Amino acid sequence: MVGTPYGGAMISVRIKKAFADFTLDVAFDAPAGVIAVFGRSGSGKTTLINAIAGLIRPDEGRIVVGGRELTGVPVHRRGLGYVFQDARLFPHMTVAQNLCYGGVHDRVRLIEMLGLEGLLDRYPAALSGGEKSRVALGRALMSNPAMLLLDEPLAALDSLRKAEILPYLERLRDEVEVPMIYVTHDMSEVARLANTIVVLDGGRVVQSGGVADVLSHPASVSLLGLRDAGAVLLATVVAHDVQDAVSVLEFEGGRIILPGQIGRIGKNIRLRIPAQDVILARVAPVQISARNVLPVTVTALQIEEGAGVAVGLLAGETPLLARITMASLREMELVVGAQIFAIIKATAVAPADRG
Amino acid sequence: MMWEAVFLSLRVSAVATIVALPLAIWVAHVLARKSFRGHALLNGLVHLPLVLPPVVTGYLLLVVFGRSGVIGGPLFEWFGVTLAFRWTGAALAAGIMGFPLMVRAIRLGFEAVDGGLEDAARTLGASEGRVFRTVTLPLIAPAIVAGAVLGFAKALGEFGATITFVAAIPGQTQTIPSAIYGLLQVPGQERAVVVLVVISVTLAMGALVASEWLARRMVVR
Repeated sequence: MVGTPYGGAMISVRIKKAFADFTLDVAFDAPAGVIAVFGRSGSGKTTLINAIAGLIRPDEGRIVVGGRELTGVPVHRRGLGYVFQDARLFPHMTVAQNLCYGGVHDRVRLIEMLGLEGLLDRYPAALSGGEKSRVALGRALMSNPAMLLLDEPLAALDSLRKAEILPYLERLRDEVEVPMIYVTHDMSEVARLANTIVVLDGGRVVQSGGVADVLSHPASVSLLGLRDAGAVLLATVVAHDVQDAVSVLEFEGGRIILPGQIGRIGKNIRLRIPAQDVILARVAPVQISARNVLPVTVTALQIEEGAGVAVGLLAGETPLLARITMASLREMELVVGAQIFAIIKATAVAPADRG
Repeated sequence: MMWEAVFLSLRVSAVATIVALPLAIWVAHVLARKSFRGHALLNGLVHLPLVLPPVVTGYLLLVVFGRSGVIGGPLFEWFGVTLAFRWTGAALAAGIMGFPLMVRAIRLGFEAVDGGLEDAARTLGASEGRVFRTVTLPLIAPAIVAGAVLGFAKALGEFGATITFVAAIPGQTQTIPSAIYGLLQVPGQERAVVVLVVISVTLAMGALVASEWLARRMVVR
């Protein structure tokens, strides 16, 4: 496990639930903010939040949210909002009636924030997938929940619709300040939204802690899989180069140049740097096409199954993660403490991973 | 005599449907949603009138609800209420015969409701009662209408159990079917029979059209 127990945890979960072919046995504590529950399908993510919501009854365990014991409390008295993957809007009610079903907390602002003004008189059947998601979000939030549970709210949407909803979720995170448990199997959503991550596999927590810590930890390469492993860093947009069509971002460990115009100047952006897209060099490369070369210190070397090695790096105070082959490791004679260079291809930072 | 029979039939069927409907909704809900010991027994009991010869049902009603019956006795002694050979008894027979049809239609409605919507309502703070009122009932409204129409039509046409339990006393218990049957026993009444038959067909068609119209108005958008 990465990270230490949190003082004053927002949520504390200990749940056991046995099914015929699967056992959920989960324990974690997390602070307020956005808690991502990450795992493959069948890892127990939905079972976990259904247990938190009270929709299934665990065999044993405790659930405490915001200091309130929820174990054994009936669903409708838990005061938690739930956004289902399939929205689950009431088909016989208008959008306005759906929204007000659980209460009218912060009604005017939420309708404005989620852009629902034009939809109020429609029935759910006349809404697009993205609109349904927004109404479901608004409906859950208007019940004034102590915490919001989101079960892969974007999974049913195509990438265009996802890009449409994500900014709303970010705004909710930053402005409404409702703690959220966000279930997903998409690492780019985790990187973009979450502060804390709980990684599930086979019904168990295999890792949990702050997103930056967990994602940059060498052990996560084998846990999350090659495709999803990669550090998240917080950078600020400092310049746009219109002529070269690039944006310059600065973080505490250096600067990164990315293609396209990203955000406005001064905007803070999370960047996910996939471990397999970081190239290492012992000496500063010259005459190289990659624009991002960062001086780094090797902090950890973890040999995985197969021929891979996860390399923990520090750029200034910011942890990064690279994955190289055993052969490269031997040839480069890397050791912990070595001062080397990390090369990041600008295009490796996919648009979905910026936020 | 003819019009008496028509109005009596309408009254008997309406009362039977209105009284049986809430009970049918409840039983359909129990059968569709709850699992308990005796589930199959309850299911069988509800469907019994559908498979028993109507005369047997009528006879059993006489035994149970007659003035010296298990329920009919106390009913008469304590409340002075008699069902046998009264229009109320005709309504009871019609209601019982229509009951399985109502339950079946409404139960299908319950089984078609997406439980996920009810869960969603619960997470929004709705108690079980409110979930039922605001989500489940509106969603099964077309099934309830269908059940009510089936029950009403069955009540209009009920003959065997009715004539066994309450006979065919003109103005008291002689409904359209028993009136037609009675008229057929007497020569020279063909004209009255035809009128009653036309009225029967009209009522049945009217009920079907009305239910179609209602169901379409309530259909989930």
